[in-house]
Amino acid sequence: MSQYRQIIQQGLWQNNPGLVQLLGLCPLLATSSSLTNALGLGLATMLVLAATNAVISMVRHQVPNEIRIPVFVMIIAAVVTAIEQLMHAYTFELYQSLGIFIPLIVTNCVVIGRAEAFASKNSVLASTFDGLMMGLGFCLVLATLGAVREVLGQGTLFAGAELLFGDWAKVLKITVYQSDSHLLLAILPPGAFLVLGFVIAAKNAIEARRKAKQPAAASTVQRARVTQAGS
Amino acid sequence: MSFRIAASPHHHSQAKTAVIMRTVALACIPGIAAQCYFFGVGVLVQIALAVVTAWLCEAAVLKLRGKPIQAKLSDHSALVTGVLLAVAIPAYAPWWVIVIGTAFAIIIVKQLYGGLGNNLFNPAMAAYVMLLISFPTQMTSWLPPLTLQTTPVSVSDAACTIFTGYSCSGNSLTQLRSDVDGRTMATALDTLRTAVAAKQTVSEAQTSPVFDGLGGTGWSWVNLGFLLGGLFLLQQRVIQWRIPVAVLGSMTLVALVFAMVDSDRFASPLFHWLSGGTMLAAFFIATDPVSASTTPKGRLIYGAMIGLLVVLIRNVGGYPDGWAFAVMLANLSVPLIDAYTKPRVYGQSAKRG
Repeated sequence: MSQYRQIIQQGLWQNNPGLVQLLGLCPLLATSSSLTNALGLGLATMLVLAATNAVISMVRHQVPNEIRIPVFVMIIAAVVTAIEQLMHAYTFELYQSLGIFIPLIVTNCVVIGRAEAFASKNSVLASTFDGLMMGLGFCLVLATLGAVREVLGQGTLFAGAELLFGDWAKVLKITVYQSDSHLLLAILPPGAFLVLGFVIAAKNAIEARRKAKQPAAASTVQRARVTQAGS
Repeated sequence: MSFRIAASPHHHSQAKTAVIMRTVALACIPGIAAQCYFFGVGVLVQIALAVVTAWLCEAAVLKLRGKPIQAKLSDHSALVTGVLLAVAIPAYAPWWVIVIGTAFAIIIVKQLYGGLGNNLFNPAMAAYVMLLISFPTQMTSWLPPLTLQTTPVSVSDAACTIFTGYSCSGNSLTQLRSDVDGRTMATALDTLRTAVAAKQTVSEAQTSPVFDGLGGTGWSWVNLGFLLGGLFLLQQRVIQWRIPVAVLGSMTLVALVFAMVDSDRFASPLFHWLSGGTMLAAFFIATDPVSASTTPKGRLIYGAMIGLLVVLIRNVGGYPDGWAFAVMLANLSVPLIDAYTKPRVYGQSAKRG
C-alpha cells in the first residue's frame, strides 16, 4: 500500500508535473485563461495519462528496448485521438474553444515522460494509478492557474462551465466582482507566466517552511534509533 | 606584516545612489512644471499616489525579505520609479491605474528580481507596458491642453476626476476630452495616426489645433522641459552623453528616411522629437543605470536600437507611441550587447580569448 501512497505524494506534490518537473508548459500556459478551459484540458490530459500508462505497462515486456519510443508515441497518439473524438462528440463547444491543444496532448512531455519513467518499468495497476495521479496533479495546477487568471482577468469563476458539464452547469458561474476594466494582462500570455511563477513560489515557500520545521523531528527519531541499536 | 590595499585616489567619486536618484527626481521638475502649466495639475496627484505606493510596496517587500527598510528606502530609487511612471501615464487616469502600475513596478519588476541593481527591465517602463496592455482605454485617455478644453479642468477637478472618474462639476473624462463639437480630442500622435489612416496627409492633419507647428500643442513644451532636465543631468554627470545622443540621433535618421520616402504619411524628425515622451525617454528612462548597457560602444548600440524601434512603432506599428516597448526590447538585448562590446583590457591583444 505504501507504494500507492508514494505515487499519490509524487504526483500531487513532490514531483508535480506542472510545478516541479515543469513539463507540458505549452498547454498549461495557453489554455489556462479560464477555469472551464483549464479543467477541460486537465481532465483530458489526466485520462490520456492513465490510459497510455495502462497500455504501455501491458505491452512493456513485448516491446524491444531499441524501438520503445516510437511504439510509445504511437500508443499515445492513438489514445489522444480517441479522447479527441470523444470530446468532439460530447463536449463540442469546449472542443472548439480548446482547439489545437487537444491533439497537442500527444506532444505533452508529461505523457511520454511517465511512459518512459514509470509505466515501462511497473505493473499495470501501479502504472494506471501513477498516470491518474500525475494527471490529477497537472489538472490541479491547470485549474489553479485558470481560476486565478479568470478571476483577475474577467472577474468570474466557471464562466462557460456548461461547455464542459452540460446545461445544468450554468448555475456554477460565480461573478466574483463586477468592473468595466479588468486586468487584461492576466488572460494574456504574460499573465500565465506570472501566475505560474507565483504558484511555484508558493509551493517552494510551503516546502521551505516544512523543512524548517523538520530537523527537530528528524533528530529525535535518530536518537531513538541509536538507543534501540544500543539496547 | 600586512599590506593594505587602498583604492586609487584618482578615481574618487562622491556620488552615492541616493544622491544620483535625488538629482534625477529634481531634474524632472521642468518637465513636470510644463505638464502642469499646459495640462493641469493632475500629474501632481499621480506623482503623489505613485510615490506613496512605491514607498509602501518597497517597505513591505523589504520587510518580507528581511532587509533593512530604512537604508534601502532612503536610496530614493523607489521615488524615481514612481515619478517616472506617474509622468508617463495619462495625467487624469483613475487612481487605481497608477497604484496597480507602481505596485507592479516595485514588487514584480524590481524586488522579485532581487531589488535595485538586479532588475532586467526598467521598472517604470515594464509597468507602463503592463498597464497599456491591461487597461488600453484608461492608458490612452489623454486630456487636451488647457487652452483647448471646452470645460477647463481646475485644481479640484483634477483630484475629483482621478478619484471618482468625474470632475467636480460632474463631467466624465470623455466629456472633458471633447471639443465644442463633441468630438474627442486626442494627443498629436494619436490624431496624426488616425488622420493618416483616413488617407489625409501629414500637413493636412497638422492643421488640427492639437498641433502647434512643431510637435503637439503643449507637448513641445513638456518635451523641452524634459530636455532641459536632461541637460542638467548631463552637466551633473549623472548620465553620460552616449545613450541620449544615440537615441535622438538614430531617431532623427530613421524618421528622416521615412519622411523622405513619403512625407505625406510620415511626420518630420522635429515632430518626433517634440511629441509624446521623446525627451523623457531619451534622457530619463533609456539612461537607467541598471537596465541600460554598460559598455561605451554598447550604449551607442542600445540607444540607436531604441531610437529605431520607436520610430518604427510610431510610423508603422500598432500603437501611437512606443517608448515603453522600445526600451523593454532594448533592455532584453542588453546582456548580448554587453557581451559583444566588452572593452579590451589594457595589455591584452585585440583578439578574443
